[in-house]
Amino acid sequence: MSTPVPRQSLGEWLISEQPASRNQARLGQIWRTWVLFSGNRLGMIGLGIVVLLVLVAIFANVIAPYDPLLGGDLRTERLLPPSWDHLMGTDDLARDIFSRVVHGARLTLLVVALVAIIATPIGLLVGTVSGYFGGWVDTLLMRITDIFLAFPRLILALAFVAALGPGIENAIIAIAITSWPPYARLARAETLTIRNAEHIDAIRLQGASAPRIIWGHVVPLCLSSVIIRVTLDMAGIILTAAGLGFLGLGAQPPQPEWGAMIAGGRRFIIDYWWVATMPGIAIFAVSLGFNLLGDGLRDVLDPKAEK
Amino acid sequence: MNPLLSVENLRIAFPSRQGPVEVVRGVSFSLGRERLGIVGESGSGKSQTGRAILGLTPVTGTATADRLEFDGIDLRNASPRQWRKLRGARMSMVMQDPKFSLNPVMTIGKQLMEAVKLHGGKSEARDKSLAMLEAVQIRDPERVMAAFPHELSGGMGQRAMIAMMLVTEPDLLIADEPTSALDVTVQIEVLRILDRLVTERGMGLIFISHDLRLVSTFCDRVLVMYAGRVVEELDARRMDEASHPYTRGLLNCLPTITGDTRPLPVLARDDAWLE
Amino acid sequence: MSTATSLAEGRPRALPAILGKAIRLLATIAVTIFGLLVVTFLIGRVVPVDPVLAVVGDRASQSTYDKAFVELGLDRPLYVQFGLYVEKAVTGDFGESLLTKKPIIEDIARAFPATLELATVAILIGTLFGIPVGVWAAVRQGKLVDQVVRIIGLMGYSAPIFWLGLLGLLLFYAKWGIVAGPGRIDISYEYAFTPTTGLFLIDTAMQGQWAAFRNVVSHIALPAALLGYFSMAYIARMTRSFMLNELAQEYVVTARVKGVAEWRIIWVHALRNAAVPLVTVITLSYASLLEGSVLTETVFAWPGLGQYLTNSLQNADMNAVLGGTLLIGIIFVGLNLLSDFLYTVLDPRVRRRS
Repeated sequence: MSTPVPRQSLGEWLISEQPASRNQARLGQIWRTWVLFSGNRLGMIGLGIVVLLVLVAIFANVIAPYDPLLGGDLRTERLLPPSWDHLMGTDDLARDIFSRVVHGARLTLLVVALVAIIATPIGLLVGTVSGYFGGWVDTLLMRITDIFLAFPRLILALAFVAALGPGIENAIIAIAITSWPPYARLARAETLTIRNAEHIDAIRLQGASAPRIIWGHVVPLCLSSVIIRVTLDMAGIILTAAGLGFLGLGAQPPQPEWGAMIAGGRRFIIDYWWVATMPGIAIFAVSLGFNLLGDGLRDVLDPKAEK
Repeated sequence: MNPLLSVENLRIAFPSRQGPVEVVRGVSFSLGRERLGIVGESGSGKSQTGRAILGLTPVTGTATADRLEFDGIDLRNASPRQWRKLRGARMSMVMQDPKFSLNPVMTIGKQLMEAVKLHGGKSEARDKSLAMLEAVQIRDPERVMAAFPHELSGGMGQRAMIAMMLVTEPDLLIADEPTSALDVTVQIEVLRILDRLVTERGMGLIFISHDLRLVSTFCDRVLVMYAGRVVEELDARRMDEASHPYTRGLLNCLPTITGDTRPLPVLARDDAWLE
Repeated sequence: MSTATSLAEGRPRALPAILGKAIRLLATIAVTIFGLLVVTFLIGRVVPVDPVLAVVGDRASQSTYDKAFVELGLDRPLYVQFGLYVEKAVTGDFGESLLTKKPIIEDIARAFPATLELATVAILIGTLFGIPVGVWAAVRQGKLVDQVVRIIGLMGYSAPIFWLGLLGLLLFYAKWGIVAGPGRIDISYEYAFTPTTGLFLIDTAMQGQWAAFRNVVSHIALPAALLGYFSMAYIARMTRSFMLNELAQEYVVTARVKGVAEWRIIWVHALRNAAVPLVTVITLSYASLLEGSVLTETVFAWPGLGQYLTNSLQNADMNAVLGGTLLIGIIFVGLNLLSDFLYTVLDPRVRRRS
């Protein structure tokens, strides 16, 4: 960054009314959003939880005191209540629940990330193409979208998993297949407002092809609202994945997936409450974190769209 | 004789990022059973003045005054109960656009009769409402009673609104730009109805508008507001005697059929008038 | 110019408009249901479970297998198979369940009232609490109440329902014994009445079996309260935002000018307007309760559609899964239709478009 005015402080440079470059304007915009967002206490708590989740996932090996898959002595260390040795107790296979919850953060993050990576582009593509071309393309694509929306999400995911076979990969695919339609709707709505903008006309007159206009000019403008929507959905994705895990259709044992862990602890809930309770707290905290974060983001970026 | 309404040093402030901003800065006037016009451009504080008299300053704002009296009642510390007795029964307001000021999911009849019933008159609510609709020259009042607001034209809607506000025979009516949302052809008609009813019933009227010429033909007295202050008070019949440059500017902006005013002069503003 | 003429004009034109709308609506439903059939058909084809083995069992001879293969139409082209599938689905024939050995439609007919009863009680709880809470939060926007409602709502969005269900059973049933345990009714009451409607609350009440009725209430209380909490969170949030929007409208000022009391402005003038979009919210959340029921019913051993689906899934009973999925999809479409219809009833602007 070769800013010619070095004496300016970074803060001033960021909020400058006359940005010297596109990057400065963009960074300034991000900075202003951040300043607004950081005033939102609940949003900041959410951000903190999400950052914590990422850190825990990265450093799971360091944080977890025991192996998440191998249990201790089955005679003496089964179903121990929470103590200093085992912060969240142990399960029926004498595994340390805390270590399993910590490693489960990786699976949760993996699910969220992969679903977002698969579903967002599908939604964007369907929505922008549909909105840009209009006509029968639009009708066809939106009909398909409506059909997917007509199914309750979890039930469609269930049916897909049933067809594909249980497992975390298939659960991810099933959730992704069922989560793109709202993004397509949103991207289409945004595209409709952009489609006839004059700068798009200008590009069209320069002879740009439709794919080029959609990819280079329409998609970037739809991206931010779709990303907010994806963030808002992340808690739902986590809950769906946990639900599939609970029904035995997601991650398979002995993987430390939170939903499956609750299902595992269900049999002992009355005498050994911690086995099912602890992973549930983890799911609750993480999805609350995503919800708070999404809520705060929406307040800042889109105060009117209280959907 | 005691005035119907007296206002002294009315101030209305709204919070903003740079601290409170006063949109009305010390307005004083008094009103008998006469027609008073308040003229000013948008943002001059004329509408907020009107709403403050009815105690309808938005919750974010604060209105203060040295004196705010309606028929001997101090409005500054009126309880919600007192307000409910005053509003509708003794003072009311016609707002700009019937598209927004009428409740879209209630029939006109229901809204009209609600006003009557609130101030004692349950049994004759229907007859009174019908009579009032006739008084605002609606030829088919039964039909209009059963209609929803979106089924009426703008002029019809505004007549219904006037009927609703006058059916309780209040002493004071505030009309806040009552014709600006209407077609020009309908404007005059609605104004004539309003004028006749106000005169017949001997009410006080505060007519808020941005149209100086309209106000001067329609009112007895005119207050000219600029940036939250009253810059000039005039007798409507002697508009030519206006001395303040802002008023003169407003008058000169109007084209006349005989005079050759091309180009139309631009309205001048001076920071000195702010004080 | 006058209203008399404009109203008179409005009437005769209204009929074709409604007809056109109805036709468009029917077309949408037809296309959507067709889509549902395509999706369930395709899922059924890619499933790794062999449909022939499912019918004849895995110890059948090759000739029996081949016969069944032809009988099921699996030797024909895909579109013919799809045609057969649609034909059967239209007549309500989804095949036989592997688990119960009964036609799936019968199984579903038996399971559905349980789900319906649970979802209905839950939506009543959600609506009766959600709307007042949402209105209260809107009226006290930014105040403590508003914040608390917001947090309670966000918590409702964030908690896994099956986990809350387990904790609820642990505390309210096992530890404190306030409510009855899993299931719809204790076995001792099961034959105390005839299940005419399948809705046990109504059946027991109509037959005057009050002991059984109390037992049913005690069973349904916890799962319904839980599902009700989730829909309450959603309904309250939406009510709040619709009410904020309505309370900022000019007609609210008009009502104040008329001297209408504040409670009446809120609960009659503004809420009546907010009710229009709220109806959609409530029907949609009613629909999503069917979805939530899959997990809740599993936890509470509730013999409804959700549990039937999960059981079938775990036993690879594809016919039952697809039949159930299709049915829930159709109910979804139906509820969407209902919300459209109620919208029309509640909003005079849609009802009589002139």
